[in-house]
Amino acid sequence: MNTPSNVMPESSVESQAIARAHVPATRRMYWSIRRELWEYRSIYVAPLAAAAVFLFGFLIALPHHMHGVKTLDQAHEALDTPYELAAGLIMGTAFIVGIFYSLDALYGERRDRSILFWKSLPVSDLTTVLSKLTIPLIILPFLSFAIAVATQFVMLLLSSVALLGSGQNIGAFWAHMSFFHMSLMLLYHIVTVHGLWYAPLYGWLLLVSAWAPRAPFIWAFLPPFVIWGLEKIVFQTSHFLAMLQYRLTGPEPSSAAAPHGTVMEIISALTLAQFLTTPGLWIGLIIAAAFLFAAVRLRRYRGPI
Amino acid sequence: MTVIEARGLRKAFGTTIALDGIDLRVEEGRILGVIGPNGAGKTTALNAIVGLTPYHGELRVLGRDPWTERDQLMRDVCFITDVAVLPRWIRVSQALDYVAGVHPRFDRAKAEGFLAKTNIRSTSKVRELSKGMVAQLHLAVVMAIDAKLLVLDEPTLGLDILYRKQFYDSLLNDYFDGKRTIVVTTHQVEEMQNVLTDVMFINRGRIVLNCSMEEFELRFLEVTVHPEQVAAARALEPIHERQVFGRSILLFDRVDRNQLAAFGDLRTPTIADLFVAVMDNQSSPPQAAAQGTYQGAAR
Repeated sequence: MNTPSNVMPESSVESQAIARAHVPATRRMYWSIRRELWEYRSIYVAPLAAAAVFLFGFLIALPHHMHGVKTLDQAHEALDTPYELAAGLIMGTAFIVGIFYSLDALYGERRDRSILFWKSLPVSDLTTVLSKLTIPLIILPFLSFAIAVATQFVMLLLSSVALLGSGQNIGAFWAHMSFFHMSLMLLYHIVTVHGLWYAPLYGWLLLVSAWAPRAPFIWAFLPPFVIWGLEKIVFQTSHFLAMLQYRLTGPEPSSAAAPHGTVMEIISALTLAQFLTTPGLWIGLIIAAAFLFAAVRLRRYRGPI
Repeated sequence: MTVIEARGLRKAFGTTIALDGIDLRVEEGRILGVIGPNGAGKTTALNAIVGLTPYHGELRVLGRDPWTERDQLMRDVCFITDVAVLPRWIRVSQALDYVAGVHPRFDRAKAEGFLAKTNIRSTSKVRELSKGMVAQLHLAVVMAIDAKLLVLDEPTLGLDILYRKQFYDSLLNDYFDGKRTIVVTTHQVEEMQNVLTDVMFINRGRIVLNCSMEEFELRFLEVTVHPEQVAAARALEPIHERQVFGRSILLFDRVDRNQLAAFGDLRTPTIADLFVAVMDNQSSPPQAAAQGTYQGAAR
């Protein structure tokens, strides 16, 4: 790619040029995603900061936490809660970052006029929009998963050191924690909920981001509010609100109470087969695809603002 | 090879007609200057050519439809519309990485070579660079792409004269090789005069003049007429007349050089002179009829 062409004999330059004339789609996608990570550093900075803050808090609360560990027969939550809280905090941060990212992704490039530069390169609108969708749907969930697992691991080590210091038996503690099982549950939650269930939400935000003449935040949140209000006034019902709630809290029956606090329980209540046969999942994915298609079309028409 | 071919190109924004049936043919190896007043439709025409805006009519750029095939077209076409469209957050090295990653015809070493001649450091962010440096960076990226067509829309707007001169110098010396094609719009007409091979005037969405520079020099003559011969000179139907220090300067189109030499000093007008003359005529209805000679008369 970067070989200076003047050192090559003429014929080889020609063949090289022909060989180079095609860049695989995966490579364009790879660089488009890297581009997003350069621009929006909060994608990884925010979850890392959340992890750092949580670990700091955990360190301070460690003596109190150890008290729970000493009496193993105590309620199982006393042990698991801080681990779930860590995962919840990190994933919640990633979720918020994902919302703000999606709202700015196709709006920011129009606002700063850089869309004129991006469009001067051989990258299709489809590749661009898909690369931007990858961030909240794939990159952020897996990144927050990795950070959450690493944080939980550090917590486990800290607890073990504290236990050793007080001369306790850490074998029983480790046996109780089932770290691997916890990670697996978390991964399952991330793929099903953040990757698949929330897809239409991110699709909507990207669509607004591609369309909004200004203030995408308002355009994203005002229409649902108006629809809710209209439905309430005209039909005296709130199906739309219920639908939104269902979308936000997920298909799990017990999730409405605390969407992040009791992650493990919610998930264990629902098997993969149950999840995959939920009509809401597939309806949501179809809506997400429609939103994305519209966003791709819109980006073609949209210029700088 | 025909690089751009347009027939009946039209575009309206609401009730405003930006392009009112443009017919255009640009061959390989030309440097075409598109000149027109603000709002004449220059940018709309260029945006249509690079696939930024939909249009009515027929338009082929390197055999492709720019609106539906923009991404494929951009392998062979480069454009700079407006200055400072590089994202402000990007580092110089990242910009090169990205373009090298997605563009099959980008030669990174070449771009670095161009940048080495400037004061731009590869660790700088675009927001830290001056407006002139951003233009230099963008030009370095674009010149390192082995494209067939380069479209420049006011690429030097707001830059000082040193940067502008350097911009066009490097474009001519380091980039243009006689095979590439360049289409450029600018308000700094005088600075472009020696660069162009073709010139096109556009006004109210229509082409009012389109000719090569050779033809330009053959066709147009400006005469500083001796006061006593003004009436005789006017009989030859100048397309424009202006007064400078009390003397009449008449501009003629396709009038015999020897015939004109009798009236006074001859010179080839600048593009700017002709532009002012043509635009003056366009805005004064009584003379508009005489402009019939310009409508598509060129090539």
